[in-house]
Amino acid sequence: MSAHAEAHHGPPAAHQSSRVDSTTLGMLLFIASEIMLFGSFFTAYFFVRVVNGAPEWPPHPFHLPVFVAGVNTIVLLTSSFTMHWALQSIKRGNRAGMQAGLVLTLALGLTFLLTQAREYSRIGFAPHDGGFGSTFYGLTGLHGAHVFVGLTLLTFATIRAFRGHFTPEEHWGVEIPGIYWHFVDVMWIVVYTTVYIL
Amino acid sequence: MINPFRSEAEAYRFLLLTVGYFAAIAIAALAIDKWAGIAVFLALTLAALVYVARARNTQPRQQVPSRRGAANERRILVVANETVGGSRLREEIRRRSEGYEEQVFVVTPALNSPLRHWASDEDDARAKAQERLDASLSRLRAAGVDAKGEVGDGEPLQAMEDALRLFGADEIIISTHPEGRSHWLEKGVVRAARERFAVPITHVVVDLEAEHEEVREPT
Repeated sequence: MSAHAEAHHGPPAAHQSSRVDSTTLGMLLFIASEIMLFGSFFTAYFFVRVVNGAPEWPPHPFHLPVFVAGVNTIVLLTSSFTMHWALQSIKRGNRAGMQAGLVLTLALGLTFLLTQAREYSRIGFAPHDGGFGSTFYGLTGLHGAHVFVGLTLLTFATIRAFRGHFTPEEHWGVEIPGIYWHFVDVMWIVVYTTVYIL
Repeated sequence: MINPFRSEAEAYRFLLLTVGYFAAIAIAALAIDKWAGIAVFLALTLAALVYVARARNTQPRQQVPSRRGAANERRILVVANETVGGSRLREEIRRRSEGYEEQVFVVTPALNSPLRHWASDEDDARAKAQERLDASLSRLRAAGVDAKGEVGDGEPLQAMEDALRLFGADEIIISTHPEGRSHWLEKGVVRAARERFAVPITHVVVDLEAEHEEVREPT
């Protein structure tokens, strides 16, 4: 064995710099990829909308349940508030508050997803019903998939919270799902406003 | 760097701003007409861009590194790329630590091209920086200066900031080539360091070839 080989055990030390720390860089790359993903779906949606040239949107005979989706939006926004409350609670050492906040967030997120599933079943058109149907289901479905991922993260966080994990100093397991959950909510605001309202 | 998703609290704040942004556009479009909605969209977007531009241009607050080590210690951070071998720099270190037990920490930035930096291709740059650092430490030790060191970030200011967090220096000595040959001087590294760090900063100009050196006192 050479002297060089004897001097090195395992992989070389990671390059470290605080110019862009690893967690921030990871989150930036994640957001960039998400923007590109949602951006491609929005591009398709606006392309269909502009090319269609219909005086009214959505075009006849499609109709969107704006009110139900609006209530669902409020449900999702409320879940962000409870998520924020959960994290603020553990930062102050209030374990019961964190547990309640996470359970409420989970319940509200599940309500949103089930309401959306019910909306799909009663909306009266399918993904294969023209460009509008495809883009509508594409955008809302993509967001629904993100909600599902968020609920999975929240489930793990909730289980851990009830098993005694997390302290006022160590709560990354709540912080990261919280960031993701707020991101999902931001995307829903964009989707709801552009698809349902405008 | 502005990142609205750096923490949960910032993400929550960004969500509230997003709600306000889209609510204003939707209300204008529905209550008045689509042109009002577009006008609100443009106005709010412009305001957001101005805010981001201003936030980026705001000078960061001066950083005060926390003091480490014993009271009789003089902790000196030396930031030099390849000019640490100058005799005047060694003299300067000795002069500054006179009457104290000197603790010298040398940082050699791993200078790299922007393309290689963003491609995370830093192995070669770090290896070369390590060679320069080893040579610098050898020269300092040969001159009786007990120095330690490490390879730092490719950006000199960032390398200083990283080192200050670990080392907590009483002062910084920045060693550069003379004006006209120094990229760091061209980029205003010394001035920027004085703005950013609340410790005395001495700029030592080392002309290795001509063995002509001059020292500029801290401001």
